[in-house]
Amino acid sequence: MQLSNAVAVLGQFPVLAGADLTVHRGEIVLLQGPNGAGKTSLLRLFAGLLPLARGEGTVLGCDLRTNRESIRKRVGLLGHANGLYADLTVTENVRFWGATVGATSAEVDAAMVRMGLAQRLAKVPVSKLSAGQKRRTALACLVARRAELWLLDEPHAGLDATGRDELDATLREATAVGATIIVASHELERAGALATRLVEVVGGQIREKAGSGGSSASAAIDESA
Amino acid sequence: MFRTARLVAAKDLRIELRSRVVTNQVLPFAAIVMVMFAFALNTDAVVERVAPGLVWLATLFSLLILVQRSFAIETADGATDAMRAAGIDPAGIFLGKALALAAELAVLEIVLLATAVILYRQDLRASGVVLLVSTFLAATIGLALVGTLYGGLAAGVRGRETLLPLLLLPVVAPVLIGATRATEAALGTAGAVVADGWPWLGLLGVFVALFSVGGTLAFGPLIEE
Amino acid sequence: MTDNAVTHQQVIAAAASPAPTVAGTGQRRASASGTPFTRALGIATIIAMAVLLLFGLFLSPADVVQGESVRILYIHVGTVWVAYVAFGMTAISSAAFLWKRTTSLTWDRIAGASAEVGVLFMALTLFAGALWGRLAWGKFWVWDARVTTTAFLFISYIGYLAVRGLGGSHQQRGRRSAVVALLAVLEIPLVHFSVKLWRGLHQDSSVADTTHVKLHDLMLFSLFLALVAFTLLYAWLVIHRQRVMAMQDALDDKGLDYALQQRRREGDL
Repeated sequence: MQLSNAVAVLGQFPVLAGADLTVHRGEIVLLQGPNGAGKTSLLRLFAGLLPLARGEGTVLGCDLRTNRESIRKRVGLLGHANGLYADLTVTENVRFWGATVGATSAEVDAAMVRMGLAQRLAKVPVSKLSAGQKRRTALACLVARRAELWLLDEPHAGLDATGRDELDATLREATAVGATIIVASHELERAGALATRLVEVVGGQIREKAGSGGSSASAAIDESA
Repeated sequence: MFRTARLVAAKDLRIELRSRVVTNQVLPFAAIVMVMFAFALNTDAVVERVAPGLVWLATLFSLLILVQRSFAIETADGATDAMRAAGIDPAGIFLGKALALAAELAVLEIVLLATAVILYRQDLRASGVVLLVSTFLAATIGLALVGTLYGGLAAGVRGRETLLPLLLLPVVAPVLIGATRATEAALGTAGAVVADGWPWLGLLGVFVALFSVGGTLAFGPLIEE
Repeated sequence: MTDNAVTHQQVIAAAASPAPTVAGTGQRRASASGTPFTRALGIATIIAMAVLLLFGLFLSPADVVQGESVRILYIHVGTVWVAYVAFGMTAISSAAFLWKRTTSLTWDRIAGASAEVGVLFMALTLFAGALWGRLAWGKFWVWDARVTTTAFLFISYIGYLAVRGLGGSHQQRGRRSAVVALLAVLEIPLVHFSVKLWRGLHQDSSVADTTHVKLHDLMLFSLFLALVAFTLLYAWLVIHRQRVMAMQDALDDKGLDYALQQRRREGDL
């Protein structure tokens, strides 16, 4: 996927001010940057949710200007909100979101096992869950979708140590079968270890960290840590 | 499209069965409205004469609340966004939510009709049953369709509580007129005969036909960013 | 919100100072929405209105039945004509905006400008109609299908204008309001038909049809004049309003350029 000089606007405010970024298949890209830098907007742009005001962009071969609806089926987005229904149980939520994109019940069950939800929590209404447990549920909904491009906005927020391990393992598995992942996270130690590349978002623009690759990404983390 | 509609409708109805907002809050509201009408209209004769109209007026007021509720579930935790992000067919969402809303409305209308029989001394007669049932069916579907359509537009925007009635009430005027006249004919209010009701049912049919097609086409562009 | 307010101020300041990229033509166009054509149109409108006043108030005779009150009709008929033309224009422009081959924000702005003018004239229509009704029939309002549909149009297009004001990008505004305008095209005939059917079943059908005005030639001419004068006024208002909207949109875009610069500078800190 590729963006060149992408500008996106919320209201009259340019959340993205000419972003250039190229991501290759199988990469795990970590977006970092201060609050309000445009990380979330970048993810929403990739998901085909935010229209491109200026510039060009392609995701999975689809033009973001003309064809952003057709990207959505192949992309999985975990935003700030979890998109869960408070009155339904964990299982019902994962089932619903899985079913809407045609996942089989076996895939749904596997996703729940993957995120450690198959046991005690399965029948609990989402309204009774803690923030971290809700996040796990939302991740399970995402896992059930088998997207080609995963867009994760602060996925580690609220997760405990096991949750994070499960998430990381899930993401590695996904890339192993050809998925591409873009993560926005403030938790550099956790996400940095995972990422193959580190990208800095500042003022709605992209600053590529020099020398991509896992090792240099961790090096960059050491500097900032 | 229909698979999505079924999923969304089942989800909405399940949430309703769990939370019981309609049964515990909207039904009592509609009932008290029926009592208040009697206070305002004072004499028994007047109330008995206008009972069918009051049933449908109370339905319209309740419709506004039901539509708000229907979309509050979606916007509470960003599910509307998640649906768009998942590339779920907007036509399916539209029909599904309209179906669930129609089911809730139907329950409400039965209670209101019972209230009219008890409080406003309306008589159900065998000759009018077919007209009565088809009128309620057509009006319910029509109201659910336009309610969902404009509810989707108003969902997630500033001032949605006030925008919805402004947009919705003018549109449902034909349903109010048609359903009231047909119900009068079916119940024999003020000596109306059943035969008078059929043209009105035709009007409701046209309404349903127009807005089922128009709504299915228009819903997507209305909820898109 | 506060951020927006601040940037808007700065934008206006930035737009006022001649930036090197702004060409001379841009400067001139930004100063007013008038052109020689609209000036001529404006003068023609004023003349037509003056002639209408002359004929409507002095030269045309009072009606045999209705007396002087018939003169209200010149306003009433003129404004209702414009209102319906305006809403028709909104519908057509909305369709043109949604149709891929003709899509352009200009259509969206014409639709919006036309609806605004339509709502204004619809308000005048209802007001003048109520006054006339009081004099001619003894009541401000009758439940006639035409009258009721007009009132519904009025409310529906107020709703349309509310949808236009919801915010979002210009494209989003255009798409959303165009769909709402086309839905109104579905709605209005249904309302008209149902009210007509409703009144048809009652004895006091439409009063409007029973009190026919016997039209004197001069009266007919005055009515025709009213249509011409108000149509000119409509065209003049819509052209100007549409241009002002284009300027507002351009200002938004210019504001975006400015905001983009500001945004890019964030990274330098």
